[in-house]
Amino acid sequence: MFDKLGLYLQYPFVQYALIVGVLIALCSSLLGVTLVLKRFSFIGDGLSHVAFGVMSVAAVLNLTNQMMLVLPVTVICAVLLMKTGKNAKIKGDAAIAMISVGALAFGYLLMNIFSTSSNLSGDVCSTLFGSTSILTLTQKEVWLCTVLSIAVVIIFVLFYNRIFAVTFDENFARATGTNVNAYNLLIAVIIAVIIVLAMNLVGSLLISALVIFPALSAMRLFRNFRSVTVCSAVLSVICAFSGIIISILAGTPVGSTIVAVDVAAFAVCYVTGMVTGGAAI
Amino acid sequence: MALLTLKNLSLGYDSHVIVENLNLTVNTGQYLCIVGENGSGKTTLMKTLLHLQEPVSGQILMGDGLKKNEIGYLPQQTIIQKDFPASVREVVLSGCQGRCGLRPFYNKAEKQLAEDNMSRMGISRLRNSCYRELSGGQQQRVLLARALCATRKILLLDEPVSGLDPIVTAEMYSLISDLNREGITIIMISHDIPAAVQFASHILHIGETTFYGTKNEYLNSDTGKFFLMQQSHDASRTSALRRTEWNWKGGECYV
Repeated sequence: MFDKLGLYLQYPFVQYALIVGVLIALCSSLLGVTLVLKRFSFIGDGLSHVAFGVMSVAAVLNLTNQMMLVLPVTVICAVLLMKTGKNAKIKGDAAIAMISVGALAFGYLLMNIFSTSSNLSGDVCSTLFGSTSILTLTQKEVWLCTVLSIAVVIIFVLFYNRIFAVTFDENFARATGTNVNAYNLLIAVIIAVIIVLAMNLVGSLLISALVIFPALSAMRLFRNFRSVTVCSAVLSVICAFSGIIISILAGTPVGSTIVAVDVAAFAVCYVTGMVTGGAAI
Repeated sequence: MALLTLKNLSLGYDSHVIVENLNLTVNTGQYLCIVGENGSGKTTLMKTLLHLQEPVSGQILMGDGLKKNEIGYLPQQTIIQKDFPASVREVVLSGCQGRCGLRPFYNKAEKQLAEDNMSRMGISRLRNSCYRELSGGQQQRVLLARALCATRKILLLDEPVSGLDPIVTAEMYSLISDLNREGITIIMISHDIPAAVQFASHILHIGETTFYGTKNEYLNSDTGKFFLMQQSHDASRTSALRRTEWNWKGGECYV
């Protein structure tokens, strides 16, 4: 088994997949804690469906560089969703559900009507579940992903205290002079970037799992914000790494294998949390 | 010295005015209680004082070198906080956020300030406990310590005793009075008019009739007399009701 693994690890596409997978898992887990606590667990799902819809528009328009269209539209949707969080006529979860389902339907509709490929359901399936795209990454995409991930981590560390303050108590933060709107905007933009990146890895249906599972698992074990954040990042990286390795060895789809490992990790953390009573600090 | 001056202030939501032409000055060291019925605009007034929303018209002037972000605020608890994994120390430290400016991390002085305020509120031994697992009274102390990190001059408290039992409520009131004696100006929203009259130096009553003055002026005013009488009337009526309920339950027991 280790020989087989060693052999596979020599291929650049496997190395790329591991690098990108681990980086994306790290980024998505960092903001996961904030999103779960702000009751935005489903924003990953909603935004990734938006990205799916926009991608099919891009495909219909025959754009060569889909990113140029997908990224800005997703960012705008993220900003709108986070903004409507509190005082909107349509509340957060309903707004996310609306956008998510709407974008999914339109995306599929467009792909169906203007289909250029012979294997439509295969195309849809791979965009939704990201079945193979992680194994076909180019060196340029790996660089882009690396740079963006490092940027996300640096921004998160620099603004860690502010993100905590804004998540814990928005009104207090605002009253003591923190520019809450700017940080909410920042969080929205980062999450949109992560989701567009992560679509390559697990596809749009499974992104929510990357965002919420590590955070929820960590919250079973720890009871302060810093430990939860660090733990969720570590867990997410371990799960993504082992998920990719397992999928290579067992020949299973990458995205769903990673999510399955995340679910297993959550179960372990849940039981551990029950046994220790969340006693760990 | 006038810490806060409200000039012809009108408050409300989306051009719907709730309170009109409010004029008052809050001096350093005052203990002001804002009372009034639900929907009379107490919380709106507090949000406006905190610059969380804009006044419909009029001005809020700050004196005595008070800066916009130097107001300590004890908000009512939100749902998010009920399952937030945060240690007491993290929550208290987040009160120093306004002092940081563009600096991303807290410095030594701010960490020390957080420690000092935790011991001031008697929660030092809880520093590593999880906020959501504390009792209601302890949580209020944590939030009070956080508010003290944000200010040295003025505290705004939004119904600080709601949901607390009588013993903890009394503790909370004496804690607030201690802070006031140490020179911190207090502005508190309260439903509890008897307690307001007991502890505050000044009363602002908003509603159909607006009244602002010292405690004694309020006690002698028509508004004050009316509401105090009503509250004590209400209190005796509820206790009478409770007694009948008891009797009734007792009766059922015997049957």
